[in-house]
Amino acid sequence: MKICVLVKEVPDAAVEKRIDPSTGRMDRSGEKNLNPYDTHAIEAAMQIREGGAVQVDEIVALTMGPESAMRALHKAVSLGADRSIHLTDPALAGSDVAATGYALSKALASEQPDLVLLGQQSDDGECYTIGAVVADHLQMPSLTQVIKMDVEDGALRCERQAEYGYDTVQVRLPAVISVGDAINEPRYPSLKAIMGARKKPLEQVAAGDVGIDPGLVGADGSRVQCGDFHDPPAKAPGQVIEDEDTSETVDKIVAWLEERKLI
Amino acid sequence: MADVLTYVLHFQGAFNKNSLGAVSEGAARAQEIGGQCHAVVVGGEDLSDELCSSLGAYGATRVFRAAGLEGLAQPVIDVMAKVIDDHGHSYALFGGGLLGFEIGAGLAARKQAGVTMEVTQVRAENGKLVAERPILQDSKVSVSRYRGDLGIIIGRINAFETVTRDGGSAEVVDVDVDYSPWSNQATMVARGEQRGADVDIEGADILVAGGRGLGKPEGFELVEQLAAAFGGNTAVAATRAVVDAGWYPYAAQIGQTGKTVSPKLYLAAGISGAIQHKVGMQSSENIIAINKDANAPIFEFSDLGVVGDLNKILPRLADAIKAKKGG
Ligand SMILES: Cc1cc2nc3c(=O)[nH]c(=O)nc-3n(C[C@H](O)[C@H](O)[C@H](O)COP(=O)(O)OP(=O)(O)OC[C@H]3O[C@@H](n4cnc5c(N)ncnc54)[C@H](O)[C@@H]3O)c2cc1C
Ligand SMILES: Nc1ncnc2c1ncn2[C@@H]1O[C@H](COP(=O)(O)O)[C@@H](O)[C@H]1O
Repeated sequence: MKICVLVKEVPDAAVEKRIDPSTGRMDRSGEKNLNPYDTHAIEAAMQIREGGAVQVDEIVALTMGPESAMRALHKAVSLGADRSIHLTDPALAGSDVAATGYALSKALASEQPDLVLLGQQSDDGECYTIGAVVADHLQMPSLTQVIKMDVEDGALRCERQAEYGYDTVQVRLPAVISVGDAINEPRYPSLKAIMGARKKPLEQVAAGDVGIDPGLVGADGSRVQCGDFHDPPAKAPGQVIEDEDTSETVDKIVAWLEERKLI
Repeated sequence: MADVLTYVLHFQGAFNKNSLGAVSEGAARAQEIGGQCHAVVVGGEDLSDELCSSLGAYGATRVFRAAGLEGLAQPVIDVMAKVIDDHGHSYALFGGGLLGFEIGAGLAARKQAGVTMEVTQVRAENGKLVAERPILQDSKVSVSRYRGDLGIIIGRINAFETVTRDGGSAEVVDVDVDYSPWSNQATMVARGEQRGADVDIEGADILVAGGRGLGKPEGFELVEQLAAAFGGNTAVAATRAVVDAGWYPYAAQIGQTGKTVSPKLYLAAGISGAIQHKVGMQSSENIIAINKDANAPIFEFSDLGVVGDLNKILPRLADAIKAKKGG
């Protein structure tokens, strides 16, 4: 079985995210990292391999993004992927969710995976939906937010929380599964794995190499145009207490509660 | 034609509240652009004529009913794609929730349509619909405009109000769909399982909520002690992170796939304030957050933010409140 894991490079959690007023796109400069949610997807692939219920021949990490996104791939292989693919092309810049999912699906199609795993959300885009887009293009079933996944008779038994409680769904492969962050505790890469990461095969592919229709990607190919960025209605900022002396802090909280007749 | 197609989720013979919100919203916006609002339902015997036509009370004029698996996205995508192919709807609208995200995105792929999720407001502009979506932890709002024949709008949970009108009854039309082979690859083994105790939190005046910052399941003892100190009509609530981890029962979960509450006081301890949690508690009258990270998003929408270690603060706060009440 071959597993492809979708990973993304995102601004580091500590970096303040903003819209670049000149381009109307997310300002992606500054410190970057592998999307933390994607480390759960890589870990899930590793656990399927180590679980032994099915033989995993290869785990391939795939990202779409600019030059710098390569670092997310290095991190992904240090966490266990065997090789990685970097889909990068100026023509892809500015793609919306649907266009991004389409482009990724084309790169995936040339890999013919039995299972595609991805994270529950990207830290910057927060669309929760790339998996569903990719799956429809690949003509595979898809589930998102999966928090438990077992291989059973060549199928996956998946659990997740949906609108009415926990659902258990049996999915026959090939399939696209996005995993929630409760699914596992990702391991830390060993120093050896970090050092070895650059030696594992990394292939760069352009849009044309995987048959992406240029009319369906990039800002011009996207069906949604985002703009008119503005501030939400202002809300009066709340009061903030830094806890230095806890008895003082507690007194302040109690006073605040009393003032509002909450105790 | 500028018709709007919505999907209405149901469970055990009742429609989902957010889906009804989508129908109400779809009907109001469709009217502004000279169209009608239709709904798609997919399921079994429980989708009676009577139940389906009752969607007319929320503004749907026609309901397309297909027999198929409930609770999974792929069959619904097949049905909606067919209905749109046959009738040429201009927009598909979803009321938020997990399934709406999956169906809306899959439909966008199938129909080469644009999609916007987490939408909090839809408005008509020059005969078209535009969608507003908060981004960057709700610090900015982005406006989506659609190109092409179809635009897909996925609402944020609780964003669309449910509005009923008098005497509405929708026409019910059965649709025959050849499901895609990949739709048949997934089957529901168990749906809507409730995990853990059946606690009742919706009527509480005060909710003391705990998140991953409690560190371990036993951390909930601190939260329970504080709730006991408040006494009266106080209950304990939780985030999905700790419910998924098995620290606390699902019935206590607040947020997108949990409950929506608006108590007099919501005290959040060790909760980061993710959007999916926020949507379930933001209309609480008073919000107190205790978090050791001064940059935690929850401080953006709390009335009183306490930057500090909950392990130090919660026990002392419980004692102080008990002392106040006793004295
Ligand atoms: C489709 C979808 C649906 C979802 N539905 C829901 C839902 O219904 N409800 C829900 O809650 N979430 C939901 N989520 C998950 C949500 O995105 C967050 O992951 C979740 O709410 C985080 O829970 P948390 O705040 O407990 O944990 P974290 O985000 O990990 O936050 C823990 C916080 O504790 C603080 N902390 C740590 N130690 C201490 C200490 N000693 N003292 C004080 N503070 C401390 C940290 O600074 C941190 O801010 C959903 C996500 C998706 C994608
Ligand atoms: N540009 C990208 N390249 C590769 N994977 C991506 C990309 N964007 C999103 N993903 C994957 O899709 C998941 C969900 O992202 P999103 O739908 O943006 O919240 C992420 O966790 C990644 O696994």
